[in-house]
Amino acid sequence: MPVVQVEGVHKRFGEVEVLKGIDLSVESGEVVAIIGRSGSGKSTLLRCINGLEQIQSGRIQVAGHGLDASAHGLRDLRKDVGIVFQSYNLFPHLRVGENIMLAPRVVLGVSKVEARSRAEETLAEVGLAERFDAWPDNLSGGQQQRVAIARSLAMRPKVMLFDEVTSALDPELTGEVLATMERLAAHGMTMLLVTHEMAFAERVATTTVFMHQGKVWEMGPSAKLFDAPQTAELKQFLGGGLK
Amino acid sequence: MIREFTQSEFIFILSSARWTLLLTVLSLVLGGLFGFVVAIARTSRLAPLRLLAAGWIGVVQGIPVLILLFLAYYGLSMLGFDLPPIVAASISMAFYASAYLGEIWRGCIQAVPWQQWEASTALAFSRPQQYRYVILPQAMRIAVAPTVGFIVQLVKNTSIVSIIGVIELARAGNLVNNATFQPFKVFGTVALIYFAICWPISLLARRLEGKLNASRAG
Repeated sequence: MPVVQVEGVHKRFGEVEVLKGIDLSVESGEVVAIIGRSGSGKSTLLRCINGLEQIQSGRIQVAGHGLDASAHGLRDLRKDVGIVFQSYNLFPHLRVGENIMLAPRVVLGVSKVEARSRAEETLAEVGLAERFDAWPDNLSGGQQQRVAIARSLAMRPKVMLFDEVTSALDPELTGEVLATMERLAAHGMTMLLVTHEMAFAERVATTTVFMHQGKVWEMGPSAKLFDAPQTAELKQFLGGGLK
Repeated sequence: MIREFTQSEFIFILSSARWTLLLTVLSLVLGGLFGFVVAIARTSRLAPLRLLAAGWIGVVQGIPVLILLFLAYYGLSMLGFDLPPIVAASISMAFYASAYLGEIWRGCIQAVPWQQWEASTALAFSRPQQYRYVILPQAMRIAVAPTVGFIVQLVKNTSIVSIIGVIELARAGNLVNNATFQPFKVFGTVALIYFAICWPISLLARRLEGKLNASRAG
């Protein structure tokens, strides 16, 4: 059974229909890259998957949870779905380690010792073990983003969502974040990522989805999709920079 | 007979400052508790609660403290609640403080970036958990300066309760002046005592702010 199953999802912001019937399913361990122009609905789709946006119709199932309207059900789903945002959003009043320990402590109710060991473990995973006691403000953007990834991982999610996580970073800091994600993918994490890093998508994603005008325009194994795009729109999107 | 401004007059004025302090503390504690509820209601997701809190803030801020005081003292006594002046004074000052602190703290809560709500929502925090662990700790830092500013106002505004017969600092000064006709000495003393109360509060706030900022940069 797929970890993420999206069926016939429609989403409107007021009059504007942003998602016009999306079907998508992601198997365990799969890495799915979602690409497309700004305004194609790719970030919205990602945010619908953990209920940050409400859908008007359709069905979304994630890690065995239905996306129903109850606050309690939504919280259960979010325990299994991590998301990392473009703007890191670390808690500025807490040190790095405390940032990571907070949700496991408060939301999952794990012991302080367990939370601490999770924080140390996930920080090591993103290569920042020595920054446990640092303040977020004293880290570079790339480091903050890796802490944000560690913070999500400490909840032991079944799926990780990445929403343009390198878009706010200087080019030289992008690499360290992408390397962290690539390692995560290699360890078998199920991932959905909205990205503008085409080379990364082609190399790391098992499947790439091209969204256009609120629809899944084209999808398939990444290698095939990038090598031989079928639709004119994807050809234009991929080749746009070269002409 | 005209009396001199002697040590006993000075001690009378100084000791009356206890009512000023008591009134400030009472209205701050009661008004602070109530104001906290108002601030949370004002930022609630439930529209009726938001409206109720906004209504309370609007009404209380739109009425002079003096009228609140008259309502509590004369109004309630008409209804059969014969409140001692200090109690009526505390109630009206607490209402006054609740509206202003509620509004100040609402602003501080809303000054926390919305991404902090989103990040904690995504980590499956419940709404009360978000307030407790993510939003309020950040809002508190923002709140120090304007809250202290308001407390200093509150200390000085307690002088208004002299009008219903509470002999606090300002009223005591007035009484002594009526007996001694030495306004500069008398009210100079009163002013100094107000200053001696308010200045340390401002100093404390500056230190508190410095400490909070230092912990962030540490």
